[in-house]
Amino acid sequence: MIIRELIPAIEFCLHHNIEISFIESLNHSGLIQVTRHEQQIFVPIGELKKLETFVVLYRELDINLEGIETVSYLLQKIELLQERIQVLNNSLSIG
Amino acid sequence: MDFIDYYKVLEIDKTASEADIKQAYRKLARKLHPDLNPNDKDAQKKFQRVNEANEVLSDAEKRKKYDKYGKDWVHADQIEAQEKNQRERQQYQQSQRGRTQQGNQRSSNSGNPQYAGNFDNDNDEDFSGFFESMFGNAQRTKQTKFRGQDYNAEITLTLESIMETHQQTIVVNGKNVRITIPAGIENGQKIKLTGYGAPGENSGPAGDLFITFVVENNPNFKRSGNDLITTVNIDLYTALLGGETIVETLRGKVKLKVSPETQNGTKTRLKSKGVPVYKKEGEAGDLFVVYEVKLPTNLTEEQKKRFKELSELK
Repeated sequence: MIIRELIPAIEFCLHHNIEISFIESLNHSGLIQVTRHEQQIFVPIGELKKLETFVVLYRELDINLEGIETVSYLLQKIELLQERIQVLNNSLSIG
Repeated sequence: MDFIDYYKVLEIDKTASEADIKQAYRKLARKLHPDLNPNDKDAQKKFQRVNEANEVLSDAEKRKKYDKYGKDWVHADQIEAQEKNQRERQQYQQSQRGRTQQGNQRSSNSGNPQYAGNFDNDNDEDFSGFFESMFGNAQRTKQTKFRGQDYNAEITLTLESIMETHQQTIVVNGKNVRITIPAGIENGQKIKLTGYGAPGENSGPAGDLFITFVVENNPNFKRSGNDLITTVNIDLYTALLGGETIVETLRGKVKLKVSPETQNGTKTRLKSKGVPVYKKEGEAGDLFVVYEVKLPTNLTEEQKKRFKELSELK
């Protein structure tokens, strides 16, 4: 059985001083996955790190939702490329 | 500590307004923020500087101090207190000299009732001045306390030594300091020992000791976070037909089964045989074993013949 730990979105918003609509927009654009139960929104614990990063981008760096989408896509690309570099480095050190 | 020109860090002019500073910070943060530069230590370092510069320049009071005192701006309060102290002392000494001259004039004018009246109405400052003229002013001098300088030290550790939490004694200013080095410490990680720096002046608090740990590279193991990567040679026959091989880990030897038809560069993961997770007892990274297949050399005629036969079987 898989147990998913969920955090009430409202609690997260209060802690980070953000609007719940921000989480809804992120969910709507597919950047995070949230769960709804009895009209309440819950954030799975696995999404928390991602969500916190998006909050930093939004609040500290003043990046809007469209910008966050682009950044998120490019970050995924960077991570993939970094993994590739690691694999290539490993095979170079073998050879 | 070297002087850091915060204006240069934020790429702004010294006359920049608050809005300019905010804008410059945002611009650089968008470029260098760690969330936007995964695994880029250089960007992280630069961002720390940008953050530091923003913290100082976006605060009007801090900025004023920084503009006035440059690299010593953090000690601005102490410097100002000392200057104030000095000014007061000078003013006081001047007033003392004036009083002595006045007194001399008055003593030549004996019988003047003003003299007695003045003496009676002496305020506290004049009273202390009276004692100072007798005993010297050294006893009354208010001294500003200065915090001692911070020390920086570097400790080099081997990869093997960070597999366990251990203690090490270092000598700081002739004093033995015993420190605990937690297992899994990172290369470049810094710790602060409060009060182990240079002693303060005028009974001020001692500075701190900052220790940077340098974890040496190991020729047999490459560290990647808490994971380790090692390369193991296996011969052609073991690679083709399978077998066993002994692998050296940082926690002793391990016997590994090699599957038949193992390719060159195949990776096997040994769970929890990597570096312990810093300050998380019982948790450790993994050890990745990369197989390197060594081809036989100096083949005999017979062997060459057999390999040829094999190649024809393809």
